[in-house]
Amino acid sequence: MSYVLSVSPDFSPDHLSGWFIFNTWLQRRLEEKFHLELYDDFESQRGDIQSDKIDLIYANPYDAAMLVRDKGFKALARPSGLSDEAIIVVPESSPYQSIEELKPGVRVACTQDPDVNMMGMIMIEPADLDRSTIEQQSAGSYVLVAKALLNGQADVGFFLKDAFDDLSGLIRNQMRVLVESQIDVVHHTLMAGPKLQALAPKLLDELVAMNQDDKGRSVLESMSIKGWDAMASEDTEFMIDLIDTLID
Amino acid sequence: MQIEYFDGTSRDALVVDREVPYPDGKLIVSRTDTKGYITHANQAFVDMSGYKLDELIGANHCILRHPDMPAAAFKDLWDTIQAGKKWHGYVKNLRKDGAYYWVKATVIPNIRNGQLMGYTSVRRKPSRTKVDASAKLYAEMLAGEASA
Ligand SMILES: Cc1cc2nc3c(=O)[nH]c(=O)nc-3n(C[C@H](O)[C@H](O)[C@H](O)COP(=O)(O)O)c2cc1C
Repeated sequence: MSYVLSVSPDFSPDHLSGWFIFNTWLQRRLEEKFHLELYDDFESQRGDIQSDKIDLIYANPYDAAMLVRDKGFKALARPSGLSDEAIIVVPESSPYQSIEELKPGVRVACTQDPDVNMMGMIMIEPADLDRSTIEQQSAGSYVLVAKALLNGQADVGFFLKDAFDDLSGLIRNQMRVLVESQIDVVHHTLMAGPKLQALAPKLLDELVAMNQDDKGRSVLESMSIKGWDAMASEDTEFMIDLIDTLID
Repeated sequence: MQIEYFDGTSRDALVVDREVPYPDGKLIVSRTDTKGYITHANQAFVDMSGYKLDELIGANHCILRHPDMPAAAFKDLWDTIQAGKKWHGYVKNLRKDGAYYWVKATVIPNIRNGQLMGYTSVRRKPSRTKVDASAKLYAEMLAGEASA
């Protein structure tokens, strides 16, 4: 039997090789064939999830509900200490000092990252703004969001906090953070599909022990992850419920 | 002042006219059992309510009930969630120190294996216009309830 591993398309390109290394590690440890399938956008990945082509996925929290409730996936583990937080940024010279000052028609640069966009939209609600009253500009990456801000093409940008912190200091210093989410409980999750359930307990043991040997640690390092924490099914349900309250 | 509850009970609570602003970027999260007794509260909940975590766990959610809130708002909440649906609304909450804070709240039923296990509520920062409109509406509803 051969399985397909996939990664939420919002992963940082810096970690691309890390996921290939992880795929190799996975095959050795489980003595099973895995193929890493990557996607440029969420839509095409969701299409393949719908047609049951993916068995193991490092999923965006926004997709977790669909994976668990509609496609029978189970969460195995989350990256230790990593949660998804969003920030809203303006160019350093912007007149805006707080969210409440934003006005209808404001130009918002963002990626297609669904959880960051969800959190970003929630953080502009105090200014009475929603999808219908902003001008949303979708960019292919966070670097391009920064570019849109610095070129004056956009007034504010939505960033994944980690992606913003990964920008060069030179770029970051030309921007100013208006607001930062502190939600803690929304995070990516490694999830196993129905075909993989028999192997799931073994896989989970391997994941949790991964940071205990040199080989495992170097794989984790290439993915910029400290280790994996097992997730109880109630932890997953809680996160799904929480996201449910945030989506209208 | 005396706070009257739906079930006819009441409690004496301190109420002062001071608003504590909702913190930017945070969500206030709590979970209850099927009757509204708190089973989980996050740090933002503890910070904004002014209660200690161990005072909150096991307490009924009406511990936050502000006397300016009309009973009909909570009836709508319970009718909605007991029908298995999601409820959205603006709520003025009472802190332990008597001050208040406004939230935009969402409450959903927690279904596990087809069974209702409790409810989750997540609050976020509301806009000032929505707060002002809600305050006006609730004052009218309250006046109607008092004369009914
Ligand atoms: C999950 C959940 C969260 C709630 N959150 C609040 C709240 O933040 N403030 C509040 O006054 N009532 C809240 N309620 C409603 C209370 O249970 C209660 O109905 C309300 O305070 C009015 O009290 P009464 O129904 O006894 O009159 C919540 C209920 C549930 C199920």
